[in-house]
Amino acid sequence: MHEVDMTKCLILSMEEWAEKKNKKKIVVEKINLKIGEFTCVEPISLINTFNAAVLGSWLDSSEITIETIPFEGKCSKCNRLYFPKKENGYKSPCCNFNLEEIISGRELKIASIDFKEK
Amino acid sequence: MHLPISDKIELNILHQNSHQAEKNKVKFNNYNLLCLNIMSSPGAGKTRLLEITLEDLSKKFHSAVLEGDMTTNLDAARLEKLNIPVVPITTGRACHLDANMVSGGLKLLEKKINPDLLDILLVENVGNLVCPAEFEIGEHFKVALLSITEGEDKPLKYPIMFREADLILITKVDLLPHLNFDINELKSNIASTNPKADVIEISSITKSGFDLWKNWISKMILKFKNN
Repeated sequence: MHEVDMTKCLILSMEEWAEKKNKKKIVVEKINLKIGEFTCVEPISLINTFNAAVLGSWLDSSEITIETIPFEGKCSKCNRLYFPKKENGYKSPCCNFNLEEIISGRELKIASIDFKEK
Repeated sequence: MHLPISDKIELNILHQNSHQAEKNKVKFNNYNLLCLNIMSSPGAGKTRLLEITLEDLSKKFHSAVLEGDMTTNLDAARLEKLNIPVVPITTGRACHLDANMVSGGLKLLEKKINPDLLDILLVENVGNLVCPAEFEIGEHFKVALLSITEGEDKPLKYPIMFREADLILITKVDLLPHLNFDINELKSNIASTNPKADVIEISSITKSGFDLWKNWISKMILKFKNN
């Protein structure tokens, strides 16, 4: 359900961006997102929500692409990077330490926008 | 038509919400008002926690509540009995409070009381372990409740909520003798997800843990005001 609110925020950010570009003179082809694995976002739900929300709007012909950013932590004992898994409580496999530092996976970003000028 | 152009903007999707949350925080800071975002699943005991806490806390600190609820004002009505300013925020279909809703709530609160006179604003979020974790509201601290009837595994199943929390209150611990529940396993799962969070066990029936929780709030208010 929160994908609806995320889509709302995404569209507002797109509006803000487009105003600076002169919205009437551009066509957005792709909105390229980076979504971390350690977020509350389900990529397919975000795409479906976006597609439904922009029907008939200036973003109707635009497409969402999502690059998934892996969830990566750093062991606070030996500094080794690892991919935390909930099956072992996100602990580091090297030293069995709790997850203190997250290196990546919390991203919720519009990385880039591909557009054409009319 | 021209050739496609790629504009690399690297902008947070929730930038609109984060921007409003920052504005809310500036307002709270200008009012010298500590804001706590209270979150949990439905039925974990947020409203009861606030009732008991405010009965005592409002004698020492000037307190107010923004009460998030999807469809009713029932919780707000309970808290209004404590004679403190309460503003209900009915979210409709939204399953969390966002920064704009809190900004609107703050405007309504300003009509009830001059926030300069307040020490603490408690924001009770909508009961949900997923969405509220991603939407900043301008709070200074996040407090997550987890009742023992929900199971030991919830910090692993809803890691963002418990990772983001500054304080985790384990509620309904008076039920421990009646349940097949391993509180050490729960604490271990909390530590796995968020080793830095403070954890307090609490019961609204026996009132155990309330001293620790109220001390935590007092400490945070004083620390905030001295900064």
